[in-house]
Amino acid sequence: MEPRFTPVADFALLVTFSDEINDEVHAVIVAFDQAIAQCSSLDNPLGIIEVVPALVNVMVTFDPVVTDHAQLETALRKLLNNTVQHNAKTHKRTVQVCYDESFAFDMDAVAKACNLTHEAVINTHLAGNYKVLMYGFVPGYAYMGGVDKSIQVPRKTAAVRDIPAGSVIIAGGQCLITTLKMPTGWSIIGRSPTQVLLDDPDRPFLFDVGDEVTFERIDLKTYEELSGSKPNE
Amino acid sequence: MSDARLAVQFAGALVTLQDSGRVGHLRYGVAASGPMDRVAFAAANAALGNPSGTTAVEISLGGVILECKSGAVTVAVAGGEFSVEHAGSKTSSWTVLTLAQGERLSVRVGRSGSWAYLAFAGDIVANKWLGHTATHSTSGFGGGAVVTDQELVVEQAEVRAEREGQIEQPGFLSHNGRMRVVMGPQDNWFRAEAITAFKNNRYCLTDSYDRMGVRLQGEHLPLDSALSIPSEPIVRGSVQVSGEGVPTILLADHQTTGGYPKIATVISADTNVLVQLRSRDEIEFEAITPLAAIDIVRKFSQDLSDYLAKVSVPRGNLQQRLMQENLISGVVNSIDGC
Repeated sequence: MEPRFTPVADFALLVTFSDEINDEVHAVIVAFDQAIAQCSSLDNPLGIIEVVPALVNVMVTFDPVVTDHAQLETALRKLLNNTVQHNAKTHKRTVQVCYDESFAFDMDAVAKACNLTHEAVINTHLAGNYKVLMYGFVPGYAYMGGVDKSIQVPRKTAAVRDIPAGSVIIAGGQCLITTLKMPTGWSIIGRSPTQVLLDDPDRPFLFDVGDEVTFERIDLKTYEELSGSKPNE
Repeated sequence: MSDARLAVQFAGALVTLQDSGRVGHLRYGVAASGPMDRVAFAAANAALGNPSGTTAVEISLGGVILECKSGAVTVAVAGGEFSVEHAGSKTSSWTVLTLAQGERLSVRVGRSGSWAYLAFAGDIVANKWLGHTATHSTSGFGGGAVVTDQELVVEQAEVRAEREGQIEQPGFLSHNGRMRVVMGPQDNWFRAEAITAFKNNRYCLTDSYDRMGVRLQGEHLPLDSALSIPSEPIVRGSVQVSGEGVPTILLADHQTTGGYPKIATVISADTNVLVQLRSRDEIEFEAITPLAAIDIVRKFSQDLSDYLAKVSVPRGNLQQRLMQENLISGVVNSIDGC
């Protein structure tokens, strides 16, 4: 897999592995990300500031007083050759989700579009093995791949405003748990009491990119106990 | 040393608390936030002799009016040409003054500029998120918005009379409306005529302008194909082009990933100039090589640290200045007397 290195402004380098999303590409991205973290945590001679793993590429920002695009590219190519085979360390996470109709604003539409019953949509969603592909958009939005083809629906043509935090939303092959009250064009199929923003300085976010996620169904009563809030609050 | 308590009599929209920014969490969807104009923010703190990155109030075109309810504190206002009124006398941004009990300070839209920084000789009380007070405007995380009727408390407030007066403005920024960019990273998604149009036309800022970004108006930039690209990381300065061919420059509170292609990226030095423009102001893009961009940022970084070192030297208080003059005239007199 021959990566493409693209300079970005005066402080970043985008390393692209493919133009299309697939598991193999993402495994390389996660391994590369972890290799950079290991290398820059020692004595960061490259002046690396941030590393952002995404779906098909990794953005590396750097201190331009210490290094430049070409120097960083050389170093990263070397790193890539040495470490691409190593297996990434990832965690398994469980996320609870309540599919009660008071939360699942789009369950009807999804079921109709997929020609399935509500229960079939829920069971298919629960049966999936998800993987955190990247964080994006706003704090804590962890984009997970792994939504089964039979319940894939396209993004709506227009975003709906003020969707509550904790909403479990799907579009295409991806799923995420919202962390803020925000507009979204994705379909809302449930609500989760599981916090992604942990308010812990040592571990501020629940997932690492590459983590495997399974969903566990809870009923409304359990949701209320866990979250201390009522529907539509 | 004690606290100064400032009543916010008025605060317009988008007035927020900012420190130097929350760098390090881009991989979790968190833009660094921090000041829109990093140079003016740094100058305001330097002029007071504050540690760099001390929390300040970022003032939008909406402006603020504060009244000092108790205590006294020296403050600096830097950025743009905002209109500053203090205890009945009028001045402009780039000034250090002392706000005493009962005095009012207003910082409002002036001849030019979109953001001004109000820094304090002391520590403003502010919420932190992930170790920083920088406000992420979309979520409200961090120090948060400054709003009408709230109180700002400055702990360990000091009067630093020796720092009062004008702040020298930075002379090393290029103000000719040319934004230097490195093309890409997704410029290959555009038709050749879009690249030409981007480089050869002037673009106007629109009033779709906030801390997340500014939408531009001008020649449309047609994409080569209607396919959607996989969502990719975004940085401050990314020029993202929507499906209709409209460019937006992403700024301090930018979304961290996006599926629209980025035709170019504005270099870090020039975003400080860009953000001070207003809607209907014109810019043009000048494509430079990555290597040239590195040369520019290295010179910029040196110029900035030289400038801040100069601005951080206290001028001396009135008494000290008079004494210096007496000393000189004393020498002159003694020469005369010989």
